[in-house]
Amino acid sequence: MLDLTPDEKPTPKPKIIPGAKQDWELVIGMEVHAQVSTRAKLFSGASTQFGSEPNSNVAFVDAGMPGMLPVINEACVAQAVRTGLGLKAEIHLNSAFDRKNYFYPDLPQGYQISQLYHPIVGEGEVLVEMGDGTARTVRIERIHLEQDAGKSIHDMDPAMSFVDLNRTGVALMEIVSRPDIRGPEEAAAYVSKLRQIMLYLGTCDGNMQNGNLRADVNVSICQPGAYEKYRETGDFGYLGTRCEIKNMNSLRFIQAAIEYEARRQIAIVEGGGKVDQETRLYDADKGETRSMRSKEEAHDYRYFPDPDLLPLEIEQAWVDEIAANLPELPDAKKARFIGDYGLSDYDASVLTADLEAAHYFESVVAEAKDGKSAANWVINELFGRLKKDEKSITDSPITPAQLGQIVKLIKSDAISGKIGKDVFEISYTTGRDPEEIVETEGMKQVTDTGAIETAVDEIIAANPAQVEKAQANPKLAGWFVGQVMKATGGKANPKVVNEIVTAKLGL
Amino acid sequence: MSDLTKLTIAEARDALRKGDTTSVELTEACLTAIEGADALGAFVHKTPEIAMDRAKAADERIKAGDAPAMCGIPVGIKDLFCTEGVDSQAASKILEGFKPKYESTVSGQLKDAGAVMLGKLNMDEFAMGSSNETSVYGNAVNPWRAEGSAEALTPGGSSGGSASAVAADLCLAATGTDTGGSIRQPAAFTGIVGLKPTYGRCSRWGIVAFASSLDQAGPMTKTVRDAAIMGQAMMGHDPKDSTSADRAVPDFEAMLTGDIRGKVIGIPTEYRMDGMPAEIEALWEKGAEMLQDAGAELRQISLPHTKYALPAYYVIAPAEASSNLARYDGVRFGYRAKLDQGDGITEMYEKTRAEGFGAEVKRRVMVGTYVLSAGFYDAYYNRARKVRALIKRDFDMVFAEGVDAILTPATPSAAFELGQSFDDPVQMYLNDVFTVTVNLAGLPGISVPAGLDAKGLPLGLQLIGRPWEEGDLLNTAYALENAAGFVAKPGKWW
Repeated sequence: MLDLTPDEKPTPKPKIIPGAKQDWELVIGMEVHAQVSTRAKLFSGASTQFGSEPNSNVAFVDAGMPGMLPVINEACVAQAVRTGLGLKAEIHLNSAFDRKNYFYPDLPQGYQISQLYHPIVGEGEVLVEMGDGTARTVRIERIHLEQDAGKSIHDMDPAMSFVDLNRTGVALMEIVSRPDIRGPEEAAAYVSKLRQIMLYLGTCDGNMQNGNLRADVNVSICQPGAYEKYRETGDFGYLGTRCEIKNMNSLRFIQAAIEYEARRQIAIVEGGGKVDQETRLYDADKGETRSMRSKEEAHDYRYFPDPDLLPLEIEQAWVDEIAANLPELPDAKKARFIGDYGLSDYDASVLTADLEAAHYFESVVAEAKDGKSAANWVINELFGRLKKDEKSITDSPITPAQLGQIVKLIKSDAISGKIGKDVFEISYTTGRDPEEIVETEGMKQVTDTGAIETAVDEIIAANPAQVEKAQANPKLAGWFVGQVMKATGGKANPKVVNEIVTAKLGL
Repeated sequence: MSDLTKLTIAEARDALRKGDTTSVELTEACLTAIEGADALGAFVHKTPEIAMDRAKAADERIKAGDAPAMCGIPVGIKDLFCTEGVDSQAASKILEGFKPKYESTVSGQLKDAGAVMLGKLNMDEFAMGSSNETSVYGNAVNPWRAEGSAEALTPGGSSGGSASAVAADLCLAATGTDTGGSIRQPAAFTGIVGLKPTYGRCSRWGIVAFASSLDQAGPMTKTVRDAAIMGQAMMGHDPKDSTSADRAVPDFEAMLTGDIRGKVIGIPTEYRMDGMPAEIEALWEKGAEMLQDAGAELRQISLPHTKYALPAYYVIAPAEASSNLARYDGVRFGYRAKLDQGDGITEMYEKTRAEGFGAEVKRRVMVGTYVLSAGFYDAYYNRARKVRALIKRDFDMVFAEGVDAILTPATPSAAFELGQSFDDPVQMYLNDVFTVTVNLAGLPGISVPAGLDAKGLPLGLQLIGRPWEEGDLLNTAYALENAAGFVAKPGKWW
């Protein structure tokens, strides 16, 4: 069997931030909140459709009406299991829901139903590749299912606040990492990787702008070497006091916030102060984090098992069935692209970055029967052209079969690579099939040596002076090649022309 | 027919089927009785128009010949049940004006069976209380009075309005809910039958939650047979309640043979409390003898963790309540306090909840918040859960050893005077001493009127059954009822 695990890569060096007095390292752990892709909410039949009229996707239970009760949506459980399997995590056949109690107008029940004590997914891991040949395995501590809150809107009226409960009760997966991330870029790469895996799995749409994927980032600083001691001993005492930056929905902000927060903590420690454990918010306009609440002000959530819900029991057979139907995941796909198609690590990464690109590429290969060329055409020509038009791969005007034809035509010497680019452009703009274009436009490369010989003979006969020069200096034979290409409208196979010219001139 | 309101469900059903009366006649008689009974404070939202509409519809069904047993039977619904378009405020100010757009599963099943809702019944606020005195409507009053006394007595609680209405023949039966004894204690105080089914038998969907792991709806009726008939209509699996059991509900009435020969009745030693009134002890012994005379075998049993039940209950129930009641925040429905200029969301919460909740509810919300708080969770809540598991194990072991039902007193006393214990919560909580274990263990329990005390007030005995075996429990209760021959009625003074 083909071994699909990527070769062991060196781990990236932790980011070093020089302080005024010494160098510091970063330790980062993340809680990623991913909205589960399902039609209905976690405990109600209300729709999860984004962008609906405010308060139109609200069941009685979502609004916390008296006597209303939650009933678990099996589809959400399946998605959490699927995600867990995708992160190579332990699936807990027995889990349970707890209530996290706090007051806020967009939390109608006065509690969020979550899984504190017995999450559905346990320990797993994610391979985070940095694109420079290094990769880090980030340990996943757990994934639990919980309800999202609604939205409070404070800027519609000077005196009133408004509440939209459409998002209330939508299922979230909270994916909790261990503090294994060592720099802002790694943090962004980690979130990207999670996003990629979930998109492959179809368990989260990954839309960060809509808040369907957002992250709380725990940041602390430590002395170089301290982290390794923590890993050896499991003793958090080697690490600095962490601050949690809440609710970020952009990779750029995540990096900027970590960078800022690290420098803030370094300044405090080097100034002889102590970092307070607290929750902070990132202000993207000012590019800084600021305190939201201190440890002392932290809510006492009074977690306890939700008595409205029985413990969640799932069967191994059901998990096995989900596992059996899991799609090929990014790491495996990438390894296969490298192994089967001989792609470079880089090309394979680019082509597996999103599922649509990978699908497109494989459809091109199906037609072209040449992985490497197909990869070149997809990455260099197609991606470039799409980028120019600000189009996504799914909107590509040229179909994979068409692009495959171009690759095939070049490979069979029917057209040259240069003509191929022209054919691509025509096909891309008109949607016409490359084979038809080549035929109709007479773009087929002339490899008929007889026709080429005739053309060469004619040019030699008409240019005796040039013949003399070329025979004295064989480098000038290129002139004859150019003339032949011109005479044949660029359709002659340049390699064949070159051979004939050389022979006829007796070089 | 005369005295239509005094009919039992079974009698009314038979009369309706025979054409001796109509649901409209029955309903009108009840509405008249209700109109004359404001002094009892039982009905707090009267729904005569709905009642008459449903009575007429029921008569049509009865005429058509396919009417279920509850069809055309006038009943009262505890205010804790959400009833579509009808005030449902759990006797709390905080749900003032709340008319739900949905019907609770249990009241909906009764409605579908053709039962006629006469109105909503008084109760303790959010079902928290044992005397009906915590109600925003003011207390309901027991139709019974001590001989030679005009002192108003409590009908018990929290289903005090239900008990009072059934005992005073304002309706043929009523729904109740029981979290720690709220069906069985008022039933005992008013000389009627109250059944708390196994946890999971009746859907909790649409019933305002007090303590979700303990709450259970049940019938409050004049006879055991009626409890069988009405209970059957109320029970059944409901996919909208995750804790509802997917188990068939048998024909309980058909199981009422009165034959309990060979049944083993457990008499738990630990229920013989210090300072228990002699009358209660005597009644308990008499009840045991009656069951023995009917052919049952008596067995002394031990339920060793009984003494921890009340404290555990008063940790678990308030803990769940503190969370369940968080939704009453003035944001979406019910009462919202008037705010001052500059008040924000915190002031809105504080003022709304301060003004909207009564003292007992606040006490329990505070206790519940405390026992769940960081640092105290293990000492209180988790410990109480462990105790609960032990209490359940006590029962499991006894049942495993062949005991079919357990006989205990229903209450430590007869109905007491209103106002007597109101300012002493601990004294009030002691009312639940014989009943809370049943909720903690999720078992079915039934209170059967078994005699009168020296002052002529009713006393009840409680039978506790195996889980899901309400039919067997009802049959044992039926045998006890037959033997006790309790026929006394309160003299009408209202």
